[in-house]
Parts: sequence; structure tokens; C-alpha cells
Amino acid sequence: MSEQVRQESVGVQTGETLVDVNGLKTYYDDGGIIDSNPVKAVDGVDFEIKRGETLGLVGESGCGKTTLGRTLIQLEDATAGEVLFDGTDVTELSGTELKNWRRNSQMVFQDPESSLNDRMTVGEIIREPLDVHDWETPQERRERVRELLDVVGLQPEHYYRYPHQFSGGQRQRIGIARALALEPEFVVLDEPVSALDVSVQAQILNLLEDLQDEFGLTYLFIAHDLSVVRHICDRVAVMYLGNVMELGETEEMFANPKNPYTHSLLSAIPEPDPTADKERVTLRGTPPSPRDPPAGCPFTTRCPMKIRPEKYEDIDPDLWVAIEVFREVLRERARAEKSLTEIAKEKLGMETRFSDIDEIRTELFGDLDVPSRVREHVEVAANHVEQNDEHAAREYLADEFGSICDAEDPSMHVVSDTGRTSNCHRHLPDYQEPDEFTPYTER
Amino acid sequence: MARTDATATRGESEPLLSIENLQTAFFTDKEVIRAVDGVSFDIERGETVGVVGESGSGKSVTARSIMGLVDSPGRVLEGSSIRFDGEELTDKSEKEYRSIRGGDIAMVFQDPLTSLNPVYTVGNQIKESLRLHQDMRGAEATEEAIDLLEAVGIPDAARRVNEYPHEFSGGMRQRAVIAMALACDPELLICDEPTTALDVTIQAQILELLDDIQEERDLAIMFITHDMGVIAEISDRVNVMYAGEIVETAPVEELFANPRHPYTEGLLNSIPGNQPGADRLETIEGDVPTPNEPATYCRFEPRCPKAFEECTRVHPEPVAVTDGADDHTAACLLYPEDVSEAEAVELHERRGDGEEVTDR
Repeated sequence: MSEQVRQESVGVQTGETLVDVNGLKTYYDDGGIIDSNPVKAVDGVDFEIKRGETLGLVGESGCGKTTLGRTLIQLEDATAGEVLFDGTDVTELSGTELKNWRRNSQMVFQDPESSLNDRMTVGEIIREPLDVHDWETPQERRERVRELLDVVGLQPEHYYRYPHQFSGGQRQRIGIARALALEPEFVVLDEPVSALDVSVQAQILNLLEDLQDEFGLTYLFIAHDLSVVRHICDRVAVMYLGNVMELGETEEMFANPKNPYTHSLLSAIPEPDPTADKERVTLRGTPPSPRDPPAGCPFTTRCPMKIRPEKYEDIDPDLWVAIEVFREVLRERARAEKSLTEIAKEKLGMETRFSDIDEIRTELFGDLDVPSRVREHVEVAANHVEQNDEHAAREYLADEFGSICDAEDPSMHVVSDTGRTSNCHRHLPDYQEPDEFTPYTER
Repeated sequence: MARTDATATRGESEPLLSIENLQTAFFTDKEVIRAVDGVSFDIERGETVGVVGESGSGKSVTARSIMGLVDSPGRVLEGSSIRFDGEELTDKSEKEYRSIRGGDIAMVFQDPLTSLNPVYTVGNQIKESLRLHQDMRGAEATEEAIDLLEAVGIPDAARRVNEYPHEFSGGMRQRAVIAMALACDPELLICDEPTTALDVTIQAQILELLDDIQEERDLAIMFITHDMGVIAEISDRVNVMYAGEIVETAPVEELFANPRHPYTEGLLNSIPGNQPGADRLETIEGDVPTPNEPATYCRFEPRCPKAFEECTRVHPEPVAVTDGADDHTAACLLYPEDVSEAEAVELHERRGDGEEVTDR
């Protein structure tokens, strides 16, 4: 780890570290007394943000990017780990100290429709942080608000208007003005342009860049739109299921993604060019529940480049995908809610909607040539399911077809000269690198 | 996709859907909002027509007008014509409409959770449309519902058919909605931003699915979106809408390679990914106006970088961008390109007055 950190700091020339996040975890506990099974929204992330840079945070919905952003500015309590802000661990702050620190870090929210109070005038909204922190005199506060309106491209007469009189783009400008009121150093932008149309989106992105230059702001830019991220961010962290999968400089990562997840995510963006002819890796299924993440690598259930156990390395890729889907179906079933009747039926060994396994088996393996060494294992698992023992079936399949990806959590590997890191077992010397490997679905 | 077939049949047989001067207005106490104002386009069998525009440009109202789903205070005005498979839809009664809606024309909406009923199982909802349109009931319908779910790529369909919408993930729900839309073997599928609420990886799955289904069933698709990337991926032809009007129509490659209307240019230039090196994004200043009065001028004029004096006076009509380019039209006074500005303005003026254009 220490070596990695050293390498990283060589790569980045601009500014010193402003925010340093170490082993941060944020769990949402459902408060169960006997058996608490928390949602692991952020599950151990490490990264740092340099002064004056824009770090992008991308990932699918539910991957924990918003929770991470909120934890950084202490809108959520961290479960473990630390957030060093200029060397101070802000997760330890409370009371007056916390309030004073909050001047330093602000947030712009996604939805400009719901983040502004409709009963307050625009002036009052922007002035509120100044009032809360008892900034200067009321006279000066009003002056400051007018100044801010000008900075974000609104008119002074907008002071006395109400939010409903503004369009989406203008409302987002109000949100930005409010975030800037106390001259923060660090701003978390949580999908600031997702709700806006393209032409308006471009205006806001330009504004954000201008403000950064003018006030030397440091941004954490959360987004799911990767083209926006490519435009505005210096470095990008790709999140999946509460973990950072890849972190590095934007252009480099977009041009040559190392991690299988980044690769799949980037290839899923539809390009605004009808003549583009690119190989697309379509991921199947959806991310697993953060309440019950898979053992080993978080991406193992959907990974198109998963490492196969040695004895199955030679089987047909289609068959391998079918086996993976079969396992996925069983995992899905475990997540499904069961009614009381179904639980009772299960206990009595009666047939439920979960005991039918033949149909799915025919669907998956029917058209394939399944060698007997694979068939026998699938059959054992299917028998377990018919006996209403899905758990045993899953365990059995995991033992038989699992690999290092299902067993061990991968560690961050430095994958380029600029200190880009990627979280994948394939970077280990024993395996083929992900960017040299053709995904199973493309063969 | 099915582009070659579509161009081959064009001109020979009638298009599947033909919209002529569609006008839909909403009559409020304060003003009349002309959400769709004189829109005309065709959709051929097996073809995907993209409709792109910003929010408020009238894309969804166009789709709802075709489906006969415009509610009071809105209505489709006199003089509009929607011909589907040779039949005029605008004079149909609500009862007649009902057999077309969901039968021959099906629609997929943006948010799958609001288009599914939370208190019925997914299977039940698919069976409902099977019962209404194909009079299929009982075990037979269940069997068909399972087949449909499998056709849209839902694994373990036999179990899924008995589950409720909340037990499905976002992408699965949208698949289920598509299965419902396909239940009656429609000829035209209208997709109103079907992937906007989904993540890119799931969006890729749904686009792939639509592509497969279209190939399998020779379906015509009208695809509404604001995402230029999605449009580039899925459509054969594109209509660009602005403030209730179609400002440019072209085959998809032509549109992206050679955008003619200043609005289309602006729209393409403001996509962040299109210019990775560029420091600043090009923007279109201002916002989309609300079309609340008859258009006697160009509605894009206040935001247009190329506007000139006539733009405030003459309403631009869709014309071929150059002589002979019949499949690429733009509603802008700068076109047709090969005549002088004054001539072009005059042409638009004449067209606007409803005169027959004889010199073409």
C-alpha cells in the first residue's frame, strides 16, 4: 500500500492533498436486534483529492456514489475509516468544530426541483447559509447575495423572485450560488446536470469550470453520465457495489480502461456517431444487493472476464456463460421474498414456484453440447433445488465452478505510469491482463 | 437495421404510419399551448424513426396524439391527419381506438414503475392485454405470458410470471413492460424515452433487446429520446423537434455527418463527449420557449447564432436542404442552400401561405 501511495503522488503534479479518504465505510443499519444485516453502501474505499482538481465519481445507480459524497461532507456518519480534510479527521468532529468546518465544504444537489424551498425567495435561499453561520452584517449579506447572483449568471432583480419562476437550468444556478455563499474550498456536485437538457447542461458545465478557475475550488463530481465526466474531470474513480474498481487520470482511463468493469461500462455508452462500429460488452443482469454482496470480488457475478478454474479453462465460452447465468438465477431466487405460505410449503416438501428447475435448465443448456463432466455437477445442483435446498445448490456450484474471483477480494494494483490503480485479480502475474483478454460474450 | 428494405419499399407502398400536419393544443385559462404545431412524418414498416428534442419540444405529446391519449384540456385540432395502415385515426371514437391501442400500436413509457400496476403480478398484467385483444385465457394465457417474458430476456420466467413489479429490478421492469407491449403482436411500437431512467449498462441491454425484437418481428419503432447517443445507435431516420415543430429530418448518418439546421448543430455540439479536447462546451443560450401563439416567425430565432432579420417575420417551412435531397429537410430560412437568401425567404413565405409551389 505504501508503495502505491508514493507512486501516486509522483504522478500528480498539481497541488497538495486536500481530502484524504482511508478505508471509509458507510453502512445503513436496519436496526435489527438479533440479526443485523446492514446495507453496505460504501464498503472500504481509499483515495485522495488534490487541491484544485476535479475528481469524478461514476457508477451505476445504487453503487454508493452519492452516499460516499454525503459521507465526505458529513451528511452521513461514517461506519469506519477516516476522512482527512487538510489533515483533520472530520469524522471525529462534532458541535461547534463541525459547524465551523462545514463552511469549507458544500454540496450541490441533483434535482433542482426539490432542493430549493419553494416558499422562500431566491435571495433568502442563497442568504440562508450566511445567516446560519452569522456571516458579517445583514447589510453585507444582501450585498454578497447580489454578488453571487451575478457570479452564477443571474440578474440582481431575481433576488425577490420565487424558485417556481425559474427554469431548471436557472434553478441549478441558484443551488450553485447557495453552495458558494460561504466561499468553500471543497464542493460535492451530486449529479448537478443529470436533470437538465443537453444545451442547458453545457451552460452549467461551463459555469462550473469558470467558477473553479475563479475561486480555486476542488470538486468531487458525482455522475452517471460518462461523457460529462470525461469532459469535466481530471481524475475519475469508478465505483461498483461500494468499492472503487479503478481510479486514474480521465483521458487515459477512457482511452484504455484496465478494469473489466470500467471496460464494460465505457463500452455501454451509446456514441453520438451512427457510423461508429465498436465492440460492445453487454453486461447481463443487475448489480447484486449491497446488503448481500458476493464473496470475493464485488463484480464477480457479472464479470465478462472472470477467471475460470483451471479444469474448466477449455470449455466452450457459451457453456461457461450458461453456467454463470444458472448460478445467477439461483442467487436471484435467494433474493426473492417468500410469502409465509411458500415457506410453509417448502418446509413440508411441497412444490413451490422455486422448485421448478427443469425449465430454466432446458432454456440454458438445451441447445448446448454439455460434456458429462459439467452435466453431472449441474444435475447435482438441480437435485438440491428440487429438494428445496437452494443454499446447498449454490454452495455446490460455487465449490465446483468458483475460482479466485469468488474466493478472494482483489487488491488495488498499480496499472500505469501515472499511478492508475485497478481492483482486479487479472492484474496478478498468473493471469492474462483484462485488456488483453476477450470477454466470453464476444467470442 | 432494416434500412435497405425500408428504402426499397418507400414510394411503392403506403407507409405504415403517416402523420400530416398534426396539431395538438392545450387550452388553459391563461393561454393556448401549441405543444405540437404542424408536424408531418412517415414511418415505414420495419423501420426505426427517432424523435429527438429537449424537454418541452413536444415529443411525448406527438406520441400520445398517435395513441389517442391526449387528455382534456388538450386535443388534436381539426385538419390533423394520422393514418395508420391506411386508416384515419383522428376520427375514431374512443371505443374504436381501444382496439388499436395496445393491439396494432403499442407504447412503452419512460418510467416502468408507473406503467405497471403494483397490486397485480407481472403475469397478470400481460394476461390482461392477451385477454382484451386476443381473447386468450387461463393456462394458455399463462403459457403465452411466460413465452413473452422469455422473449424479452427475463431468466427464470416461469417463476417471474407470478411475481409483483416491486420484486423486479429497473431493467427487468422495463423488459416486462416491453413484453406487455409485444403481447398482441403490434406493428408499431412507440418507445417514449424507454431507457432514460436506466443505467448505461441496462440501457445497452434494452437497446440490444429492441434491436433483436425488431429483426424478429419486422416491427416499426418510433423512438423518442433526448439522448443523441441513443438516437445514433438505434434509428434509421431522425426527426429533430423544437418547440412543437420538426426542424430537421434526415437519415441518421446524414444528420450526424451533416447537420443543417442551426439547432441540430447546436445540439450536437453541446454533447460533452463529442469534444474531449475542447476546453469549453459550445452552448445554445437561453431556454426552450413555450409555443403559446401561432408561429408566424422562427421559434428558434432568439437562440439562433445565424438569425437574420427575416427570421422574426417569416415562418420557415420544411424544405429540402439542397435541390434533390428529398430525404433531408430543414425548416430554416437558410435553405434550400442552392438558391439566394432572398429567394429562399420568398419560397418559405409562399409555402407558408399555402400556395402550391410550382417551381420544384
